Amino acid sequence: MAQPVLSVRDLRVEFVTRRGILKAIDGISFDIGKGEVLGVVGESGAGKSVTGSAVIGLIDPPGRIAGGEVLLSGMRIDNLPPEEMRRVRGKRIGMIFQDPLTSLNPLYRVSEQLVETIRTHTNLSASAARKRAIDLLAEVGIPAPERRIDSYPHEFSGGMRQRVVIALALCAEPELIIADEPTTALDVSVQAQIISLLKRLGREHGTAIMLVTHDMGVIAETADRVAVMYAGRIAEIGPVRDVVQNPLHPYAKGLMGAIPSLESETDRLVQIPGSMPRLSAIPPGCPFNPRCPYVFDRCRVERPEPIQHSEHRVACHLYDESSARSEAVA
Amino acid sequence: MTERSYVEVKDLRREFDVSKPWLNRVLEGGEKQFLKAVDGVSFSIAKGETFALVGESGSGKSTVARMVVGLLPPTNGEVVIDGVSMSSKAALAERQRLRRRIQMIFQDPYASLNPRWQVDRIVAEPIRAFHLIEREKEIEARVGELLTLVGLHPADGKKYPHEFSGGQRQRVAIARALASNAEFIVCDEPTSALDVSVQAQILNLMRDLQDRLGLTYLLISHNLAVVRHMATRIGVMYLGRIVEISNGRELFAQPKHPYTRMLLDAVPDVGMTGRQRIPVSGEIPNPISPPSGCTFNPRCPFANERCRAEIPPLLGGVACHAIHEGRLAVDAAA
Repeated sequence: MAQPVLSVRDLRVEFVTRRGILKAIDGISFDIGKGEVLGVVGESGAGKSVTGSAVIGLIDPPGRIAGGEVLLSGMRIDNLPPEEMRRVRGKRIGMIFQDPLTSLNPLYRVSEQLVETIRTHTNLSASAARKRAIDLLAEVGIPAPERRIDSYPHEFSGGMRQRVVIALALCAEPELIIADEPTTALDVSVQAQIISLLKRLGREHGTAIMLVTHDMGVIAETADRVAVMYAGRIAEIGPVRDVVQNPLHPYAKGLMGAIPSLESETDRLVQIPGSMPRLSAIPPGCPFNPRCPYVFDRCRVERPEPIQHSEHRVACHLYDESSARSEAVA
Repeated sequence: MTERSYVEVKDLRREFDVSKPWLNRVLEGGEKQFLKAVDGVSFSIAKGETFALVGESGSGKSTVARMVVGLLPPTNGEVVIDGVSMSSKAALAERQRLRRRIQMIFQDPYASLNPRWQVDRIVAEPIRAFHLIEREKEIEARVGELLTLVGLHPADGKKYPHEFSGGQRQRVAIARALASNAEFIVCDEPTSALDVSVQAQILNLMRDLQDRLGLTYLLISHNLAVVRHMATRIGVMYLGRIVEISNGRELFAQPKHPYTRMLLDAVPDVGMTGRQRIPVSGEIPNPISPPSGCTFNPRCPFANERCRAEIPPLLGGVACHAIHEGRLAVDAAA
């Protein structure tokens, strides 16, 4: 691969609380190439959204980046001063949040918000910026953009509002878009429209997209590669088809089996016993060990490091060559 | 249906008054406005069956659920459960006896349990309210039994709801629903606030309990995969009406109504079978001023003049002029 657009190296994020330091992200590494969509999937509390916020530098105290590096096209951005980071944000990294109503200012017309963003990041004149805003709205599929541009956010429906937010993220033609649960608040029929829009934009502009969601279906439809997160670590990362159809990590296996399918009929869904540990009580060794059906002694003491296994990278002792158990599940 | 239906819903309607306040109407002019949330819904559920209502937000599925359990009086229509009409004033005593056998599980397990009550008190509430068991010792034993039944420990009864995770709270809600020996449980989006692995636990538990206790479920959900997994029969709702009603398997193998087809096409494909998704155009219209005729007509590729003028009746399990007239072949779907 050429130089990746985003490269995250051993990132760690901590939250300092009265009861001690909580490790929300504990040493994750991944790359996203040009035009690639990386899906980040996991259950609530896995650290998916914190990862997104850390990349864009939006971790607020008491949270802090405790270690590691974030590189945007080779440039280190995690240690930039706030003022410089502000310029990177929006210009080089666009962000789409879950709830389109809270990411738009209800008191300003859509035109004002778009023009302001465009003029902050480019040196277009007011009229040129407005023209560009109309083009952007047309691109994200808003009908009659020249009339709709002067509406307020509340005059749009949920799906249309999310399109406006996407247009806003595209204003400065960023290299990377972080989409945090972009379709979760939407109905399925509208969700499908937004997904195909994101895919098309990634393809046409060569934008790298980091798609954070808990919905495996959305990932399967959209992403090129997928990272499965569990308790602040990446359990498994690999090409989407491989991970979805042939997951290696016991957690990923459980997660795939737990999803009811439209195609096949099963009597019982795969059930992972227990639930995700709290950040204050992450078990030693592999964080998944208390719930894992294949657990053995080593899992309880030693933290598994990511191992390359065909096209996947998987953090599980079962796939370690030196471990005698490796053939048991593979 | 051959067997006698346990729940019978007949022509249920519900309107909400969304008019401006009286003074504003007088000063600024303007008529009273009504939102037809549910507009003539009929279905029946056999004993031991799971009937599901699916639809997108605003389709009126939750309003139907609330009317079925009696939380919301219908504007029109009737709910008959086990031969007793829930709306007639005459059979009051009988209706009260019936109430015990109907329970509801809500979407948000954080909001549906009293945070100040210990779990054993929450679960025992229906027992005390209906005076099913009088002796405290026996109530305690029964609560322990119920908690075990839903996969919790009897000692969990001494905890408060905040000490449990979302999935465990939903288990408490299920235990409470079973406390009065309920036979019919209305589940309004029981798993949509939960993560997938926890959702799987709750869905499995619901099926196990159905097998053991012979429960009848009315399941409300927007998640087609969940519905397919759970339901024996399915009703698809759009803007307050049922547009298609069919056996679970049939609905997915051979969807008839254009809206059902669209909905199935829109579901992200986890199986990665390479199925091409057809993104649907348009969104659900504003229910205050729904389109005339078939409410789906502005988004329907098969709409004609008749669809815009005349409401299609539910015939042969589907409410669509194009299908009734033979303009749209049934097996064209897939």
